[in-house]
Amino acid sequence: MNVFASRFSATGYASELRKAREISGDEDVSDVMWGSEGFGNLAKEIPTFAIPSVPDPAAFLRLHTDDHADPSCRIKIKHGTTTLAFRYKGGVIVAVDSRATAGSYVASGTVKKVIEINPYLLGTMAGGAADCQYWETFLGIECRLHELRNRERISVAAASKFLSNLVYSYKGMGLSMGTMICGWDKTGPTIFYVDSDGTRLKGDLFSVGSGSTFAYGVLDQGYHWDLTDEEALELGRRSIYAAGHRDAFSGNTINLYHVQEDGWKFIGNYDVSEMHYNGPGGKGGYGYDIRVEGRTSANPPS
Amino acid sequence: MPDGSHEQPQQRQFNPYTENGGTILAIAGADFTVIAGDTRQSEGYSIQTRYAPKVFRLTERAVLAVNGFAADGNMFVKKVKQRLEWYRHAHAKEMPLRAIARLIQTMLYAQRFFPYYVYNILGGIEEDGSGAVYSFDPVGSYEREACRAAGAAQSLVQPFLDNQIYFKNQTPAAGSSHPTHLPLNDVLSIVIDSFTSATERHIEVGDGLEIYVVLAKGRSTEDLASIRGLQELSAKDEGDRMFIIRRDLKKD
Repeated sequence: MNVFASRFSATGYASELRKAREISGDEDVSDVMWGSEGFGNLAKEIPTFAIPSVPDPAAFLRLHTDDHADPSCRIKIKHGTTTLAFRYKGGVIVAVDSRATAGSYVASGTVKKVIEINPYLLGTMAGGAADCQYWETFLGIECRLHELRNRERISVAAASKFLSNLVYSYKGMGLSMGTMICGWDKTGPTIFYVDSDGTRLKGDLFSVGSGSTFAYGVLDQGYHWDLTDEEALELGRRSIYAAGHRDAFSGNTINLYHVQEDGWKFIGNYDVSEMHYNGPGGKGGYGYDIRVEGRTSANPPS
Repeated sequence: MPDGSHEQPQQRQFNPYTENGGTILAIAGADFTVIAGDTRQSEGYSIQTRYAPKVFRLTERAVLAVNGFAADGNMFVKKVKQRLEWYRHAHAKEMPLRAIARLIQTMLYAQRFFPYYVYNILGGIEEDGSGAVYSFDPVGSYEREACRAAGAAQSLVQPFLDNQIYFKNQTPAAGSSHPTHLPLNDVLSIVIDSFTSATERHIEVGDGLEIYVVLAKGRSTEDLASIRGLQELSAKDEGDRMFIIRRDLKKD
């Protein structure tokens, strides 16, 4: 960022450092903390964060928290893994897995990686679980304020740009998020990919996370615009299954959402193992065991 | 160097964190929640104290267990209690459990760039009278669950809970199904067994066990009658009630 601009900006790296130096004690106590209003220390429009008083706070954070590359660090931050969303004639399909890992330990198998920002907007979670959860909740607040101020719903483009600008102001501080903001606005079904580097892309089809390559493989070969709702939901579910099957950091269960003109709808939660052996509704598993039954050396004819 | 000069490069780094061991655990029932933690505090291979509580009563219906770096944990609990007291003064009521959960998220996330090295588990009774457990990572991502173990023996205890609470990978006998919630006495047995077993196999777990039991309003206390070492913490008989059970664990 422009050096002059960053010196006077109210958010971001430079201003956090400045604020940290201004605060003589360890923390300031604002009036709203007495009551229930305020999201964190939101009273001053933007939340403020405690910064360690060392020459390079970002290096301090890198040293103590694991960011996938270094799993030996003390503070293990949960990481999200395979998510996908695509646009088709019937709206948007959002499908995610539910595994969170800290190093090689499965910290949770029941994570909600689809964040319900408001009845018309969904965000997905990949990267730091807390970063996605916190900032997408914050985005929900800002979207509601936009509705109150402008008497109309925020567009997906505007919402995603708000998030993108916000995370960009923290660039270099160690935030980690790869998210898809999905919704239906005046322009129809829309998906924006936003990540913590500041990338913001509009597109028809995205997959994010360590299992994304596996999901893309299935998604790309099955995707076209004229999918029926049934086919589209099946494609989303099948793609996450593929990632859960081949990527060790993905799995447990699949969460499926469908966004239409009247907002999003939760379709269901599907166990990956159940999908492997029995498939949705018990109509044949996705695993190839049944297709090779009696035909391979590992599975000889009886 | 002997002459006092320094020829070797020197490196210093700010390292404000240590790991103090111990394990915490919480299980939610239909109309109760059990939150437990051992009381050993250690640093490396030496035991600092045999009684350092890790589980704290926040309100009449909320209990917070903290594990990780004890200094951060104690400071964090102190600040949560302070915010809850301010809330009481401003609103003349206790903060509901789901709101405490969100408060804890924002308080942890405010330290995103200088984290509290603390794993939190919040347990208690929701406004609808159901038992609830919320688990957090050090920077505030959270989730409501039926049970959760955290800390040194997390990897020993959580698989046991998956088996005994969620009945993971077990097929029910024909014509029957797994219970969604276990009765209080079963849960208490599972908690005590979890900690005796963790004490056997993990060097940082032991000395003492504190089990908090929160019962929803109107629930009978009959099944607690036979429990040894039970003490009631709630002042009134009406409303949600809270009990503590103290047990010894092996001290070697």
